[in-house]
Amino acid sequence: MIEVKDDWCKGCNICIERCPVNALEESDRLNKKGIRPPQLKKNNECNDCRLCELLCPDLAISVISDKEVKKEDKKILLRPVGGTIK
Amino acid sequence: MVEIKTAEELNKKYLREGMWPTIFCNGCGIGVVLEYTLWAIEELGWDMDKVVFASGIGCSSRLPGYINADGLHTTHGRAIAFATGIKAANPDLNVVIFTGDGDCSGIGGNHFIHAARRNIDLTVIMVNNFVYGMTGGQSSPTAPIGSVATTAPYGNIEHPFDICGIAKALGANYVARWPVSHPYQPIKSVKEGLQKKGFSLLEFLAPCPTAYGRRNKLGDIKKLWKWYDDNTILIEDYEKTMNYGNEKEKEEIKNKIQIGVFQDIEKSGFFEEYEKLMMMLQEKKTTGEKK
Ligand SMILES: Cc1ncc(C[n+]2csc(CCOP(=O)(O)OP(=O)(O)O)c2C)c(N)n1
Ligand code: SF4
Ligand code: SF4
Ligand code: SF4
Repeated sequence: MIEVKDDWCKGCNICIERCPVNALEESDRLNKKGIRPPQLKKNNECNDCRLCELLCPDLAISVISDKEVKKEDKKILLRPVGGTIK
Repeated sequence: MVEIKTAEELNKKYLREGMWPTIFCNGCGIGVVLEYTLWAIEELGWDMDKVVFASGIGCSSRLPGYINADGLHTTHGRAIAFATGIKAANPDLNVVIFTGDGDCSGIGGNHFIHAARRNIDLTVIMVNNFVYGMTGGQSSPTAPIGSVATTAPYGNIEHPFDICGIAKALGANYVARWPVSHPYQPIKSVKEGLQKKGFSLLEFLAPCPTAYGRRNKLGDIKKLWKWYDDNTILIEDYEKTMNYGNEKEKEEIKNKIQIGVFQDIEKSGFFEEYEKLMMMLQEKKTTGEKK
């Protein structure tokens, strides 16, 4: 589950763009500044990797892992910094 | 101690939440540097009553104001000088400096050089966005050749300052550079830098969409952030390719910005030497008195 502090979100969409499994989208809510904070998509693919939480420049996202809900392991599509070597 | 697991809990513990949201523009990387620093401090379990933040002037230098800890927002370029004073007055404090590329390598360049040379026990976290963000986008000493700024409308012709290179040459104990676009290595690296006795420099490559990205036509926030993935290379990979790669591979990475840990040594710092000197002189005095 993700929790967004709506009024801290500036709408950079870095969370949405960088989520390795493309689990986030803009919500229908508007915050004080008229920005649409992110939300999890209906078919929730989130694997609790916390990347969105760590990259949000405004510390607006928290990832709370639902320990009860068992999820199959997903491969994180993270690329090491600086690229790969052949 | 309560274990902190989420950004929400981190915020509660470390931020002056009344000051939030920050003044930083949408898509600015400075907030990420703060976040990585706070996670590193949390992982180290530091007592915030023993941490002091100092900064100069600039967007990046506003960071101490957002943290619920003692801080010193000083004059432009002088944060390291003030921080040296704090450390001298109370060596028990951990002193962390947030500074910008203009603040640290431009107006504050000499303070930086001599603090690194003396190996003073400070952690300098320099947010490098290649530009004077706060004053509207003048070219900074770290600006890449060809980059456009209000003071370089036809492209910058000056060679950029490699701030990690100079810190390494001066014998600073810990020197590392990271982009903000990937969290794990930087957080670990900040931890190492904070713990290190002697001078530590952590340079963060942070996007500034407003004063740098826009003027340099680097695209929207998504593209600008990607620029950092495409134009940086781990020092280990860089060296491997330069040693064993073919000409084409070398050509491809030649102009990329190297990232990683450049120096990690244990040289005794200024205050350790000072302490030793004081002991020696005091011993001399007491043994002298006995005679
Ligand atoms: C002595 C002095 N000279 C000039 C200024 C104007 N000034 C304020 S911020 C700044 C540049 C800051 O650039 P940088 O350190 O790169 O920080 P950024 O805003 O990019 O994070 C300048 C020149 C000042 N405040 N004081
Ligand atoms: S990264 Fe943070 S500020 Fe940016 S859109 Fe996501 S929640 Fe909002
Ligand atoms: S925790 Fe990871 S998988 Fe879940 S939304 Fe955030 S970035 Fe995507
Ligand atoms: S001007 Fe640049 S550095 Fe300053 S807050 Fe805006 S994006 Fe960040």
